[in-house]
Amino acid sequence: MLYNKAWRAIAYQLLAMTLVIGTGVYVVLNLQDALAARNIATGFGFLLQPAGFAIGETLLPFNSTDAFWRAYAVGITNTLFVSALAIVGATVVGVAVAFMRLSRNPLLSGVGRAYVEGFRNTPQLVQVIFWYALVTRLPHPRNPFVPVEGVLVSNRGLYLPAPAEQGAWFWALIAACLGLLLALAYLRHGERRRHETGRVRRLWPGMVLLVLVPPLLAWWLVGAPTAWVRPELQGFRVVGGFVFSPEFIALFLGLSLYIAAFIAEIVRAGLNAVSQGQREAARALGLKAWQIQRLVVVPQALRVIVPPATAQYVSLVKNSSLGVAIGYPELFNVNNTILTLSGHVLEAIAIMMAVYLSISLAVSAMMNAYNRSVQVQER
Amino acid sequence: MAEASLRMAPRPPGAVSALRERLFGSRRQGLLTVVAGFALAWVAWQLVRWAVLDAVGPGGTSQACAAASGACWAIVGEKWRLILFGTYPLEEQWRAMLASGLMLAGAALSGIPRLWSARLAAFWAVLLGLVLVLMAGGVAGLPEVGTNAWGGLPLTLILFCCTVTTGLPLAILLALGRRSDMPVVRAICVTLIEVIRGVPLIAVLFMASLIIPLFLPTDLTVDKLLRAQIGMTLFFGAYAAEVVRGGLQAIGTGQYDAADALGLGYWSKMRLVVLPQALTHVLPALMNDILRAFKNTTFVSIVGLFDILGATKTAIADPNWIKYAPEAYIFILVVFLLFCTAMSAYGQWLERRLEHADKL
Repeated sequence: MLYNKAWRAIAYQLLAMTLVIGTGVYVVLNLQDALAARNIATGFGFLLQPAGFAIGETLLPFNSTDAFWRAYAVGITNTLFVSALAIVGATVVGVAVAFMRLSRNPLLSGVGRAYVEGFRNTPQLVQVIFWYALVTRLPHPRNPFVPVEGVLVSNRGLYLPAPAEQGAWFWALIAACLGLLLALAYLRHGERRRHETGRVRRLWPGMVLLVLVPPLLAWWLVGAPTAWVRPELQGFRVVGGFVFSPEFIALFLGLSLYIAAFIAEIVRAGLNAVSQGQREAARALGLKAWQIQRLVVVPQALRVIVPPATAQYVSLVKNSSLGVAIGYPELFNVNNTILTLSGHVLEAIAIMMAVYLSISLAVSAMMNAYNRSVQVQER
Repeated sequence: MAEASLRMAPRPPGAVSALRERLFGSRRQGLLTVVAGFALAWVAWQLVRWAVLDAVGPGGTSQACAAASGACWAIVGEKWRLILFGTYPLEEQWRAMLASGLMLAGAALSGIPRLWSARLAAFWAVLLGLVLVLMAGGVAGLPEVGTNAWGGLPLTLILFCCTVTTGLPLAILLALGRRSDMPVVRAICVTLIEVIRGVPLIAVLFMASLIIPLFLPTDLTVDKLLRAQIGMTLFFGAYAAEVVRGGLQAIGTGQYDAADALGLGYWSKMRLVVLPQALTHVLPALMNDILRAFKNTTFVSIVGLFDILGATKTAIADPNWIKYAPEAYIFILVVFLLFCTAMSAYGQWLERRLEHADKL
């Protein structure tokens, strides 16, 4: 029986299970002692109690009498906000650097290469802290740098003009998102019609209309507000307008510029993976240069690009937790404060891990769905 | 005559004319070159002015820096000892230097493919044991130095070397477990890998430093450095496990069948047949993870250790020098750039070597 493979497998698994359960019991017993000794409370009831601390930078309204769960909501929205903007930034910079590296011009390809090597071969955390130190070197708000009228750059942040009635612009933004979705649906529908009927119709006028009309209509419906508030110096502080804090700017730069170096390499590899024959064949069919890119090169390159790029975006979202090093109130940072103030160490860590896990899994799931839609359809 | 015709043969384009063709081949290329050239020259000139012409050298003072409009390298001259060696006692600094040298030499030796064997593991166990004894002291007349005084480059290197040497075996075990036929073992490995890969490294380090004390008997304390090391090892192990799994999947079933036919047991089959091929296959990818582990050592500064970044933060806390923090960070960015560029060049060399081996 000792030499029977199946029996041995069962014995190994029993052993593994015993080890895991044994460690679990040992840990829980110790945990109970530790919690009792340190007077640490347990349970999730604390989420409804007032937080008792303020958060410097919030997208949702928050003050110290609000409950702990609202503090989590603020941290999560900040994490999502900085990550979303940084993903856009990383993609734009990454694609630009990839095209520079692919350029035949040695000056451009040299700059692209230097960018990739420099940003990839230094730690992201040092980059974030370096940007933060650099932002604090900017001029004092009393004597700000003004690149364009109404924009103030100082060591207290980047101040931009903001619309006076933000509610109206919110509806316009929602309408713009809707219009974009409609335009994409129209494009798909048009392409399907082309496949069915073989007739080529111009799609772009309809798409432009669909993108432009809904936000304009929404803006007009809420009373067509045109007033803008410019940031102005009053005494020692700047009042009015929209502000990006130094912490936000440093974290945004640290996240987007670092990941851009990896995105650039992924995009370059993806474009290189499309064989020259594909381009030649497309030219032989009489496609124009931009049609070759849009219809032949990009769809094939995307299949190579999307999976590794997804991994980079997930890594970007997780590393937004580096905000803790410079004091940007994202989830990890807020969680630290909550953990210290409430004393609910285990619950706080469990909530934080659950949120990061679900964000990672959600981004992966979205990208996997997209990936399926661009996969080769074998006939 | 023959000689003449040879001389007449068209010469292949030389390097200079090829370069001219790429720079000024067409009107568009030429314009691009001129515009980009001017922009680059301007940026380079500004950088040279800031970093060299208007700068205060490492021998300067903070007063000189306040008067100058360029960079203040005086902070590096003033604080390099603190940045590179932390608060390790000055008269014992040779030990920290020797430990760093030993680890660097060990890492360089480990890069030579001819030396790759199971004996490398034993070599690192001895080397790291020696390094830890050298750093901690308390034997052979060396004064004791607590881990809270360890800092700077030696600490960064210790964390890095320990992460790789303990994380790789963990990664191999996790990868084998994930591909095991036994559902319980597989479930344990999958959960561990996916949970660790789903959360940020800081969260793992934080958990290790906060939760481990809660999970152990109250009278048992674990050193802060060791707790951080456990977190680093788990994180590296989980990522590297997925790389190793990729290598295991690339091995054809014929190899397994052949090993079975020879009558090898599971561990001999893995050790002698499967793993050597799988690991060779994923070496470049593994090198990427190792490079990332090196950059990730900086995260321990957030849980209160004084690695090279943590030590730099202490150095710039000095009110006389706090204004010149960017220069201090540029200094450690350059240090990291040197190490990481060397590692990445080595990784590319490995990749080319592997491609060459595949073609044979």
